Amino acid sequence: MTTNALTKPGGSGRTGDKVFSTASMAAGILILVTLFAVALFLFLQAIPAFTADPAEVSGGKGFLSYIWPIVIGTVIAAAIAIVLATPVGLGVALFISHYAPRRLAAPLGYVIDLLAAIPSVIYGIWGYLVLAPVLVPGYEWLNANLGFIPLFGGPVSQTGKTMLTAGIVLAVMVLPIITSLSREIFLQTPGLHEEAALALGATRWEMIRMSVLPFARAGIISAVMLGLGRALGETMAVALVLSTGNLIPSLIKSGNQTIAAEIALNFPEAFGLRMSELIAAGLVLFIITLAVNMVARWIISRHQEFSGAN
Amino acid sequence: MSKRIDVSDLNVYYSKFRAVEDVNIKIDAKSVTAFIGPSGCGKSTFLRTLNRMHEVIPGATVEGKVLLDGDNLYDAGVDPVTVRSQIGMVFQRPNPFPTMSIRDNVLAGVKLNARRIGKSDADDLVESSLRGANLWNEVKDRLDKPGSGLSGGQQQRLCIARTIAVKPQVILMDEPCSALDPISTLAIEDLINEMKNDYTVVIVTHNMQQAARVSDKTAFFNIAGTGKPGKLIEFDETATIFNNPSVKATEDYVSGRFG
Ligand SMILES: Nc1ncnc2c1ncn2[C@@H]1O[C@H](COP(=O)(O)OP(=O)(O)OP(=O)(O)O)[C@@H](O)[C@H]1O
Ligand SMILES: [Mg+2]
Repeated sequence: MTTNALTKPGGSGRTGDKVFSTASMAAGILILVTLFAVALFLFLQAIPAFTADPAEVSGGKGFLSYIWPIVIGTVIAAAIAIVLATPVGLGVALFISHYAPRRLAAPLGYVIDLLAAIPSVIYGIWGYLVLAPVLVPGYEWLNANLGFIPLFGGPVSQTGKTMLTAGIVLAVMVLPIITSLSREIFLQTPGLHEEAALALGATRWEMIRMSVLPFARAGIISAVMLGLGRALGETMAVALVLSTGNLIPSLIKSGNQTIAAEIALNFPEAFGLRMSELIAAGLVLFIITLAVNMVARWIISRHQEFSGAN
Repeated sequence: MSKRIDVSDLNVYYSKFRAVEDVNIKIDAKSVTAFIGPSGCGKSTFLRTLNRMHEVIPGATVEGKVLLDGDNLYDAGVDPVTVRSQIGMVFQRPNPFPTMSIRDNVLAGVKLNARRIGKSDADDLVESSLRGANLWNEVKDRLDKPGSGLSGGQQQRLCIARTIAVKPQVILMDEPCSALDPISTLAIEDLINEMKNDYTVVIVTHNMQQAARVSDKTAFFNIAGTGKPGKLIEFDETATIFNNPSVKATEDYVSGRFG
């Protein structure tokens, strides 16, 4: 009988590996099951809203015409937030990681991280009490000078509780997400690549464009997508700041609504079909966020070959 | 288009720590100069002062003069960016830009400072630089593939191509072969031999045979002990350094009887 000297009696040394791989597999499955259970719950509870007589759905014209204005509203609010927060967030992150003197960089990064810890209700109250009134003169100016663009059509809301205000509050909320994630990634740029650029005679900004940004691209996309996810799903800030209404093109008039705020504002009194409508709206939001994440993954994977990973 | 370097009374610091003390050296144009010496004696540190890469490290400072054909790199009005575009550098670990294609890697330095270059000029430059780095035949069919997909030795030659594409006056190399196999090393040594027709080359190496094979002159650096600054001990024709050095420490080091 031949025995292979490489086979270990008992193989007890692998126990740790086995425990760990089983545990991580279980955790992975648990996440999938939870995700699926949530989707299933939403779907089952939402069915009545899809099948109901159109006249009985809020608005009286069926679920689709109920949902699409608030989908658009959700997307607009999130888009405003991302358009405003991305350049500022990346700029601040680059400043902290590559421009600020060290004594300034660390405290600044810390303050930004703290911003992320502020509860969204606080942002909502701040937007309602402080930001909205302050913005009114700005909106008047926009309307007077750019009023021919439907986005800035009048009459201007005198409380300032508009879509643009909501978007700005959301931008402030997602700013720390984008900033702190991208700062982490900028700091991880291999010194090797930074020096390669500098040694070729790159200025600091050229160095950032040649080595920092390409290296960080996937990370920037994830940071922005995470911010977008937060902006899409954010409830309290929009519920407090926006004076809701029908879908309108103007961003500086009262009106518009987002899914998350619609659900939050109406859920407490909802029952029966109304409840199903709101859950269906939740399902739609879920699908939008899922789609955003999938698009982000796709964008990232498309550039894998040229990523900094190999 | 290659320039000489004259260094006088150079002291190099990392914050308060003096890493290199009082170096005086004259490096001829169109020659290969090798820096040798034990680990930690400040060869890399000194090399990086020759194109103002040293100051990239936070807290790092330099005292003294480095003249490139008579112009001091450390004069007040001098922009380090200009210095670095004239004095190129190849690093110990190959570092092509991973997100760029082979072609874009070669052109990376050329496209800096908002310089524009036409398509056919760019093609010519890519070809001549890659030929100059003895890499053209290996990569001419995959110029649009990422530079990070090459072997280590090819990546290092790509970095050399990228450096010579900007037509520098001087090329500094910090142990360019230490991460490479013997075949790639020979390829790069051949390349260095050709490069001295056009450039002033300074190379740091731990490999005595390499120093003996490629360099015209050799500088031996040494350090008195940990925490002490590194010093230039002896600088002479390579043959003299290896066969008939005038300082005992040099002789001990090159004959392997060190420490
Ligand atoms: N970034 C840094 N910060 C502080 N000290 C440093 C730094 N880099 C190098 N040193 C110190 O400076 C001294 C010289 O280092 P250097 O890297 O120049 O040596 P070297 O001769 O190139 O060594 P090797 O042959 O191992 O590459 C060493 O004492 C080292 O610890
Ligand atoms: Mg070194």
